[in-house]
Amino acid sequence: MAEPRPVLEMAGIVKEFPGVRALSDVDFRLFPGEIHALMGENGAGKSTLIKVLTGVYSLDGGTITLDGESVRFASPLQAQQAGISTVYQEVNLCPNLSVAENIFIGREPTRMGRIQWKRLRQEAARLVDRLGLDIDVTAPLSSYPLAVQQLVAIVRSLGIGDGDGDGEGAGGGPGTKVLILDEPTSSLDRDEVLQLFALMRRLKDEGVAILFVSHFLDQIYEVCDRMTVLRNGTLVSEHLVSDLDQVGLVQLMLGKAMGQLEELHEHQLHSTAGETLLKADGLGRTGSIAPFDLEIDKGEVIGLAGLLGSGRTELARLLFGADHPDSGTVTVDGKQVSLSAPNGAIGAGVAFCSENRKTEGLVPDLTVRENIILALQAARGWTRPVPAAQRDELVAKYIKALDIRPANPEARVGQLSGGNQQKVLLARWLITQPKLLILDEPTRGIDIGAKAEIQKLVVSLSEDGMSVLYIAAELEEVLRLSHTIGVLRDRRLVARITNGPEITTSKILETIASGEHQ
Amino acid sequence: MTTTTQSPQAAPDSRTPSRAARLLADRRLPVAATALLFLVMYGVGLSRYQFYGFAEPQVFLNLFIDNGYLLVAAVGVTFVILSGGIDLSVGSMIGFTTMFTAWLVERQGLPLALVIPLALAVGAFGGFLMGYVIHNFEIQPFIVTLAGLFLFRGLCLVISKESISISDSGVSSMAQAQVSLGMGFLSIGAVVSLVVLALAFYVLHYTRFGRRVYAIGGNEQSALLMGLPQGGTKIAVYTVSGFCSALAGLLFTLYIQSGDPLHATGMELDAIAAVVIGGTLLTGGSGYVLGTLFGVLVLGLIKSLIQFEGTLSSWWTKIATGVLLCAFILIQRFMTTRKKA
Amino acid sequence: MTTTSRWRALTHHQLFWPVAVLILLLLVNVPFTPDFFSVKMTDGHLYGSLVSIVLFGSPLILVAVGMTLVIATGGIDLSVGAVVAITGALTCSYISDQADQGALSGVLLAMGLGLLAAVVCGLWNGFLVARMGIQPIIATLIIMVAGRGVAQFITDGQIITINSEPYKLIGGGYWLTLPFSIFVVAVVVAVTVALTRRTALGLLVESVGGNAEASRLVGIRSSRIKIMVYVFCALCAGIAGLMISSNTSAADGNNAGLWIELDAILAVVIGGTSLLGGRFSIGGTVVGALVIQTLTTTIYTIGVPTQTNLVFKAAVVIVVCLLQSPKFRAKVFGAKFGARFGARGSARPAAAPADPAPPADAAPKMEVS
Repeated sequence: MAEPRPVLEMAGIVKEFPGVRALSDVDFRLFPGEIHALMGENGAGKSTLIKVLTGVYSLDGGTITLDGESVRFASPLQAQQAGISTVYQEVNLCPNLSVAENIFIGREPTRMGRIQWKRLRQEAARLVDRLGLDIDVTAPLSSYPLAVQQLVAIVRSLGIGDGDGDGEGAGGGPGTKVLILDEPTSSLDRDEVLQLFALMRRLKDEGVAILFVSHFLDQIYEVCDRMTVLRNGTLVSEHLVSDLDQVGLVQLMLGKAMGQLEELHEHQLHSTAGETLLKADGLGRTGSIAPFDLEIDKGEVIGLAGLLGSGRTELARLLFGADHPDSGTVTVDGKQVSLSAPNGAIGAGVAFCSENRKTEGLVPDLTVRENIILALQAARGWTRPVPAAQRDELVAKYIKALDIRPANPEARVGQLSGGNQQKVLLARWLITQPKLLILDEPTRGIDIGAKAEIQKLVVSLSEDGMSVLYIAAELEEVLRLSHTIGVLRDRRLVARITNGPEITTSKILETIASGEHQ
Repeated sequence: MTTTTQSPQAAPDSRTPSRAARLLADRRLPVAATALLFLVMYGVGLSRYQFYGFAEPQVFLNLFIDNGYLLVAAVGVTFVILSGGIDLSVGSMIGFTTMFTAWLVERQGLPLALVIPLALAVGAFGGFLMGYVIHNFEIQPFIVTLAGLFLFRGLCLVISKESISISDSGVSSMAQAQVSLGMGFLSIGAVVSLVVLALAFYVLHYTRFGRRVYAIGGNEQSALLMGLPQGGTKIAVYTVSGFCSALAGLLFTLYIQSGDPLHATGMELDAIAAVVIGGTLLTGGSGYVLGTLFGVLVLGLIKSLIQFEGTLSSWWTKIATGVLLCAFILIQRFMTTRKKA
Repeated sequence: MTTTSRWRALTHHQLFWPVAVLILLLLVNVPFTPDFFSVKMTDGHLYGSLVSIVLFGSPLILVAVGMTLVIATGGIDLSVGAVVAITGALTCSYISDQADQGALSGVLLAMGLGLLAAVVCGLWNGFLVARMGIQPIIATLIIMVAGRGVAQFITDGQIITINSEPYKLIGGGYWLTLPFSIFVVAVVVAVTVALTRRTALGLLVESVGGNAEASRLVGIRSSRIKIMVYVFCALCAGIAGLMISSNTSAADGNNAGLWIELDAILAVVIGGTSLLGGRFSIGGTVVGALVIQTLTTTIYTIGVPTQTNLVFKAAVVIVVCLLQSPKFRAKVFGAKFGARFGARGSARPAAAPADPAPPADAAPKMEVS
């Protein structure tokens, strides 16, 4: 591939938030007619970079050059007008309007203030045709599946880059120079992804530069030409996709060379009795995780490893009945559990601490005491309140045991720090004395000290016979705690590895990258 | 172990939905259903009261004459509901306009030509204020328009506790004017209401503002991200509703020729019911003013049928309205869940 | 230091503002009616402005208490006015059909019948909201519209007047020198407080209203809770309906309980319960209802024409809502502290780490330590 002048160059980009340097001295370039993957783990700075580029965030340092001209956008609208269009993960369109309207709303062709419907439909049909889509532009958007809606969003964004609003020159003409696709595939199935890729290749052939963000490694290798890897807000490197294999990429993203990872994990795992507690058979849900089998022993810690978006959380939610599975069964202690609502799993002794503490865990208006008692109370029903004395004793015990600060049961939980909120959530479930505790990213966003405490707690709980399903982004964490490691990749449980002295983070990395375990 | 063959069947025709599915998803279906309901009810009326003059074309035209003000109010409410909001102040605004007009004409002796624009301006301004508060302070439309309900009903009473009958010759001649249609006649109020309907249809379907109303009702967040000026639209929608309520108030004044602090109490419910029965989703984003017309006609026809029946009392109107409302809300519910699935 | 911190604790108490407004409103009356606070004993009954405020406010307190729980789950019930009318109509029409209107058993049966109708309305509302998933405003709109028609249907469009001594007691009678309805209200409020705070109902209601998804994941069966609160709300409205019809010894399907839903919502909001659901305060609601009733009385005593009552109410709704709106507070009060960037700053990342606690919050902490 010849290397002409890049259509977009970002140099020395710096973005600071109060107390955090989200991007420091990042360089990035994008050539016309290429599909470029932006890679990195959560918090690496991908979305910050995109937002700086599209004018959502202001720039704290560095330069952006578009087509040889230095630019700086104050708003997404300005970026759009300059030819940089963005399509986000969620389809930001109006499902109640027709496809044609969604493409044109806000810039409908009008004459004397009257919308020219015929012209609008023709233009829309032309745009859609040109991109090789076979859809009826007069049908409401909601009558099409999500994938098609995503494609329509792309058509719309291409049309906007056109600038003058007459629909001319869209479809990758002089209008849109750069198309940013921020995780467009996360809710699409395989066929739908192929549709999207076909469109991307077409646009690429027309000379559009595409910036593509996806958590699916296979997709990157399928469609992208070049990639830029970010880590902790800094540029790691830029590669041609053909020059870097998946293992190498994962190492770059996680920032560990294979050699460095060969370290011992000294902690001695206790042995388990080998009695099965929970058994999942063919449990799956379309669009979230492929059917899987899983067995968890009493007192066993199972760690889930995989990149963000690989299906870790989805697996846990299915086990708990938080999402309704399409297929499969879960049995706990030999008894089948109803998965139509979480109540079934809770009744069987399963507890789930969500990774989204604020939206799915805590009730921020209520006090620490009320939040802690909630699960136990829900199980008892409203007529049998936990007696005040017992309640206060339990709450005091767990506030002390988990060192929740402030140690004031009357404090509103919304005002606690992240680590303490996490401990409140843990306390809530520990009070119910569950048989299986599912912890989804319990250590995310909390300080080192609290992190270590929570890990110690997991060890001691499992030694006491409680099973734990532990999800964490950091492989060392998973490896240190788990008897068994389940590896997920592209929404599939690809391997179950029994932990032992010979298992290292690099072995797991290989599995994540290749999808196979030898 | 039932893990396979679940999803593939959806794949082949995912691009072009089947004809049946499209028909069910068609947003005009509820309007057609309401129109059909109207025709069926009208047919029932014809078969039962044929010999009591129900077949007279004038009976049909009277539906417009007797419900013109409701139609105008319901058109305003349609705008609000399409945008995903709600307006409870309609009835009070109508009552206030009747009082305000009667007071200005009778007690202050102002000429009608001045009073009419003044009343309309006050209504539009009231709506604007409510829209402004709703948008800028992010307070639920429900509670803001509730305050509007109190305020305008209170202002009615401030003007006068007693009803003011209008003896102005201009008003009565306007009220009695008939627009002949050959087979019958319409009142000026009915004609105005049909003009408002046509205008509303044009605005909603042929202007950018109208499409923004739909867009905001469909998905406010998306509308914002798509760069639509959503604040202005929201405020404008309540302004339109305030204006329509004031106009409905004027028509009501013409119809009843008096101002009364208790006029049109609870008419917001009739207007909302007409809009919902007309097939507009209460969650916003879907519906047609034409549906609202049929909704109003259905409500009007219920009243006429009950009158013709003679033995039925007026409260059956309310019960029938409630039952229809319930049926349509449940139908809407099933339609929207089907779409999501 | 201690006085200021005590003062701060007092002003931060959730009931402080409602009670302050109530006291202020009561005091406004004194210059106009010097003996406003005096209570006289006549014929073994207590009379006075305070007594009548509670007496006339009784139905509103009842409805508002029920409404509080519904609002706490994140819902709203517009149908309470219609339920008031239906209950009154059914009870009065049953009593009026009795040969002996004064017979206690007949009256009790009639009241039971009326309350049963209220419960049915509540079940219907709860069913639509919790099982069918219809927005509460819309679901309860149905009975709001149809209910008045049903009430008129029961009374045959007439105002049914009855002459029943036992029935008169609830809304117009006296007991132990006080209006009997005050005791009814006291019992209902006490039962509600006991029901919500002695059992876990209050906690679960606040949890469902505070974070519905978290509540689901913690295993709370929110649909049961919701149905229960709608039934309870309708029951409260039913008792209020009995009281209103008893007070006037008549059932008016058209006007009984007219607009009481709006007053009740207003009372709840004044009482400090957020319309978004979550934390609720029964005490606050009672104070809120008393504020509304006192407002009415005050307007009457200070000689402002009574018809301006509604305008004042509108003003109260607007002021209370504006004060509760974070955006309004930011715009009006935030501007004083030089937060001029507020409007422009919205373009800045919302996801940026939360600012360190504002200095205003730091002060009380220092005092505590």
